[in-house]
Amino acid sequence: MTTDVAHQPGWLTALRAAGQARFGETGLPTQRQEVWKYTGLNKLKALAFEPSDVVTGSAPKVEPLVADAKHRLAFVNGRFDAGQSRIGALPANTILASLADILSAHPKLLEGRLGISAAIDRRPMAALNTAWIEDGLVLVVPRGAALDGTIEVVFVSDGDAPVSHPRLLVALGDMAEAVLVERHLGGTGGGFTNQVAEVALGNGASFRHYVMHSEPEASTALETVTVTVGRDATYRSFALTAGGGLVRREVDVALRQPGGTAQVDGAYLVDGDRHADTTIVIDHQAGHCASRQTQKGVVDDHGRAVYQGKILVRPQAQKTDGYQLSQTLLLSPKAEADVKPELEIHADDVKCSHGATVGRLDADALFFLRARGIPEAEARALLIQGFIGGALDEIDRPEVREAFGAAASTWLSGRSSGHSESRS
Amino acid sequence: MLEINDLHVSVDGREILKGLSLSIPAGEVHAIMGPNGSGKSTLSYVLSGREGYQITGGTVAFNGKDLLALQPEERAAAGVFLAFQYPVEIPGVPNATFLRTAVNAVRRSRGEKDLDAIQFMRAVKDKSKKLGITDEMMKRAVNVGFSGGEKKRNEILQMAMLEPSFAILDETDSGLDIDALRVVADGVNALRDPGRSMLVITHYQRLLEYIVPDKIHVLAHGLIRRSGGPELAHELEKTGYAEFDAGKAA
Repeated sequence: MTTDVAHQPGWLTALRAAGQARFGETGLPTQRQEVWKYTGLNKLKALAFEPSDVVTGSAPKVEPLVADAKHRLAFVNGRFDAGQSRIGALPANTILASLADILSAHPKLLEGRLGISAAIDRRPMAALNTAWIEDGLVLVVPRGAALDGTIEVVFVSDGDAPVSHPRLLVALGDMAEAVLVERHLGGTGGGFTNQVAEVALGNGASFRHYVMHSEPEASTALETVTVTVGRDATYRSFALTAGGGLVRREVDVALRQPGGTAQVDGAYLVDGDRHADTTIVIDHQAGHCASRQTQKGVVDDHGRAVYQGKILVRPQAQKTDGYQLSQTLLLSPKAEADVKPELEIHADDVKCSHGATVGRLDADALFFLRARGIPEAEARALLIQGFIGGALDEIDRPEVREAFGAAASTWLSGRSSGHSESRS
Repeated sequence: MLEINDLHVSVDGREILKGLSLSIPAGEVHAIMGPNGSGKSTLSYVLSGREGYQITGGTVAFNGKDLLALQPEERAAAGVFLAFQYPVEIPGVPNATFLRTAVNAVRRSRGEKDLDAIQFMRAVKDKSKKLGITDEMMKRAVNVGFSGGEKKRNEILQMAMLEPSFAILDETDSGLDIDALRVVADGVNALRDPGRSMLVITHYQRLLEYIVPDKIHVLAHGLIRRSGGPELAHELEKTGYAEFDAGKAA
């Protein structure tokens, strides 16, 4: 299934060409770049990056995560799988479909929307994704419309080490609302996913964006999420990384108009030789906006967790309320956390705070639990669960919190059945 | 029930307990009073198995078993309970989840079946009500956002649920106003039983008006300096611990 270049609109051809040209200039990001400081991509050097085809007929069956999801879209190796997808009733003039379908049937709808906030000149991986724009998700909700129920999007991979470049485009008009749950399941053959999501929120719009990574360790997933937030609009997100050998999420939120809110929360559970990188920039471009980042990590074995969080307050962004908190729990002597909270403030009337801790399980709490008769391994698990639970509390949709909590428990019990107890 | 014989304990190379001996028979409540820094809390932590204390000599037998050889959870299973001076906050773990996990761990060690959530709620209902612990406090994370009095009442609830045969109350009166102290003392007195011993550690005589001990021991500079009946508390109320400070080795 190769792209039919002959039938694509000129703007799309130009966009892809620009992506290809830009990536040709930059190549893969290197650790000399500040945002890539703690994550190397050497293992990708040998890849050709050309998207893989779907191995016919063997698409993995996907069980739903969120019970009441009204809309489900499944993607195999980055390509829409209609057979496993079901789109419920939508408000008038709402688009919820695969990018490939829209590009072939109504490409005009995407002109001037696709490739705007991704800013490929600054982001090599976004440039690479743009070079291969083909399929993914399109969600366009018109002014004043609220999408009923949750949208669940699932990405699975199939075959041996497939490559995909999914593209997500979310555009919410003024006062529009939607909830999206994104799951990255990967596949047993591993693979490389390089995803870009562009989210544009109109004035007063509200978008809840939940992301879960639970791929096998053979998988590599890079995500670039760029969000623009309008006046009094809200972007609220939570990402749980409980799988994948290398998962990196780069989230850039621009608060462009007064009154906007961005909440970018997450938890990363990293064991084995896994590596999870969360790099966030909240760009306060207008006054009276609020941003929150609460990121919690649990790192075991040789795992490595990276958190870089920046709050940038531009000179005109007076009355900014910015907050970031990073807490990391190291469970083994070889576990590593690289944490870089950063405030860059150019306005003089702002309230910004940040805190970061990296530590081990609280010895007093552990003794307290054991003194109440709880065996050490169980006491440790309870404390870790409590720590993760504190992160998941930031999810304000109960059905999502429950589903993510179950995934975290699965990770925890998988971990604690192994080596970790014998070490103490 | 508990036999401490010539116990020597050091922390970071400094000797805190210097040959302490104490015998507590079944069913008796003993109090240990003493000035700050006398080794009271060290004794409670050593008996419950906290790390960081070097036992350099002596023995502790609990119902004939070597208590010091057991892990903290094994001591709890054997029937030892420490009510903490500073109860620990555990963010993210609901009080009810914690307490049920503890009760079931101890039940399992005794060869009893786990209580399910409903059985547990039934078992905890009367006890929590008597201690003024609301359902809301059971849902909150362990001790997070609890007042000083709520934390201490929560400790007594854990004791009531775990039904230990030997309980150590470490400065349970600290930070309590008189009303809270009464509630806690009532909770403790309700648990007095011919098969249960207690060691009440306190700096002040006040607590012993509400929990009247069978015996009082004065601990100073790592040793029991004096033992007597409940009247000793009143004497100390008048004279303070000056006499024992004077007894400090020159």
